[in-house]
This record gives sequence, C-alpha cells and structure tokens, in this order.
Amino acid sequence: MKEKSHVLKKLFLSTLYLSTFTFGGGYVIVTLLKNRFVDELHWIDENEMLDLVAIAQSSPGAIAVNGAIVVGYKLAGIPGILCSILGAIIPPFLILTAVSFFYEAFKENFIIQAMLSGMKSGVGAVIASVVYDMGSGIVKKRDGVLIGVMGAAFVANYFFKVNVIFIILVTAVLGAVRTIIREKKGGRA
Amino acid sequence: MVYLQLFLAFLQIGAFSFGGGYAAMPLIQAQVIERYGWMNPAEFADLVTIAEMTPGPIAVNSATFVGNQVGGIGGALVATAGCILPSCIFVTVLAYVYTKYRTMGLLQGILESLRPAVVAMIATAGLTILIPAFFASGSVSFANGNFQIRPVLYFLAALFLLRKKKIDPIKVMVGCGVAEAVVQVVQTFT
Repeated sequence: MKEKSHVLKKLFLSTLYLSTFTFGGGYVIVTLLKNRFVDELHWIDENEMLDLVAIAQSSPGAIAVNGAIVVGYKLAGIPGILCSILGAIIPPFLILTAVSFFYEAFKENFIIQAMLSGMKSGVGAVIASVVYDMGSGIVKKRDGVLIGVMGAAFVANYFFKVNVIFIILVTAVLGAVRTIIREKKGGRA
Repeated sequence: MVYLQLFLAFLQIGAFSFGGGYAAMPLIQAQVIERYGWMNPAEFADLVTIAEMTPGPIAVNSATFVGNQVGGIGGALVATAGCILPSCIFVTVLAYVYTKYRTMGLLQGILESLRPAVVAMIATAGLTILIPAFFASGSVSFANGNFQIRPVLYFLAALFLLRKKKIDPIKVMVGCGVAEAVVQVVQTFT
C-alpha cells in the first residue's frame, strides 16, 4: 500500500511539475515524461514508452493530457489516471485563469516575450536529444523496413503534412502484414 | 444553460481533435466563433496567442480561457472537464487493450513498426518549433536578417548541457528563456 501511494504521489507531482513548465505543445511533455519515468525512475522501459506515446497519439484530444493518462494508467491503474490528469490540468487551469484577468498586461510584457522566445531553442534541444536517443535505438536494430518507416513517416509528416492518424494506420497495417508473413514462414515474430 | 453549452462544445473539440494542439484549432474556431459566437475573430487570435505563450495544451488552455470569459470559474471548470473527458475514455480503453494483449505476436508486430513512426513525428514536432525560432520569416532562407544566430547558440548550449552534463531538461529550457530575457533587457537599456 505504501508503495502504491508513493507511486501516486510521484505521478501527481511529476505531471504537475512537467505541465507547469511545458511550453510548446504535447510532444514536449511526452519527451519530459520519458525523461522522468524511463531515464530517471526506470519505471517504464523505452520500447514500452514508445508504445504508450503511440496510444496517446492515436487517441483524440491533447497529447499532453493523453500522455499523462496513459502513463498514469500504466503505473497505477485508474487512481493513477486521476492523479496524472489532475497534475496535468491544474497548472494550465490556474495560469489561464490568471492570464484571462491580466491578458493585456501579459501580452505587452516584453520580458515575458523574450523568455518565451528563448525557451523555444531549449525546447527544440530537448526534443532533438530524445529523437537522437530513440532514433539510434531503431537504427541499431538493423532492420531496413523499420528505418524506412522512420524516414517515410518523417517525410510524410513534415514535408507533406500527412495527418498523423493516417500515418499511424498505415504503419500499423504494415506491421500486421509483416508479422503475418513472418509467422507463415514459420518462426515466431 | 451556458454551462451545458460550454461542456458540449468542448466535449466535441476533445473528441474530434486527432493529432495534437494544432488539429484542435479549427474545431475550437468552429464552436467558439461560428456556432456559439462567444468570441469574434480578433479575440480568437488573442486566444491563440495566449494559448501558445502559456504552458499546457492549446485545447485545455482554450477551454479554461473561453470558459472563464463566458461563465466565470464554473464555466472554466465545465469546459475543461468536457475537453478532457473523451481523452480519458479513449486512452484508458486503448491502454487496457495494450496491457492485456501486448505479448500477442500480432500486436507486437504492429507496435514494432509504429515505434519508428512515433520517433519521426516527434522529430517533426521539434523542427516545427526550431525553424521559426532560427529563421525570422519562419522558413529556411539565409536572406539578410532572416537567420538568427542567438537561438542557434542557445540550442547548441542546451544540447551540450543536456547530453554532456545531464542537466534537468526543464532547467535547460528555462535557462534559455532567462538568457534571452537578459540579453534583450541589456540591449534595451544600453
């Protein structure tokens, strides 16, 4: 029981902390969740984290919220979901409520503007670092199809703005077909 | 009545925005401006700016902001609840299926090929943030004044701190923001 309450407390505090400082979209918080739960706490392994990201990604709604829910579920079931949602929602809720009262002053404040623009570089670096780690993990498997999927998904997503749901569906079908072919040839996947 | 409208409007936004924040923008616009007239287009542009300048998902930020403007704190609460309810249901069901069947060969095969696609999408998100930070016009070109050297230096410094010094990512991000604020204050007052 003590173990469980420790997990719940950690989940709530982690999502609260990450959500407070996460500027720039859902992938940033997903990246930070990975940092906290995979690299620091070792509660989730890296492949499983990628699966959880795929779940967050293929559900409707904000990726940051979905990411928090899926990590909460994985670590502590329904109570985990409640803790991580509360953690993820409280900071934007309080901040936006405050901002909606002081909007004009906030928009004109040039120190806030400067901080936000500087933070973009830092956010980009955090994402680049995670992409490097995860991408090299995939390249190391020496599976041409997987490397091809990574390249093709990037080109489709970045250059052709193909909807992520479509990319996920196509890669899921590809994975299913490959597995069926492999299992027919004998030898399990 | 306005509470119910707020709840339903953001419930729809939450349920149909696949693919993250920017996918939610047109849905928010459709509900908030066109359907209910809670905002005019100029206020909506302000909303987008606020949502981008503050931490948190755009859809959740919008729900809180619009809810507050239309129905006070109670409005903000019901709008936010509506916005995240579909996520709770979908994600929990998918996560349940995943934990139950993850050892199955077929699901393993599907997940194996999804992982590289997820990495690619994270890379896209990174570039979408970095390119407008590095190039003033928002697109890659080295015409005079377009390429900004300072963000690139922050980026390289941040990478160094993250990878070689293993500094906490949030400290690195906030550090970049503080550095730029200091530079701009110094530039303005000297």
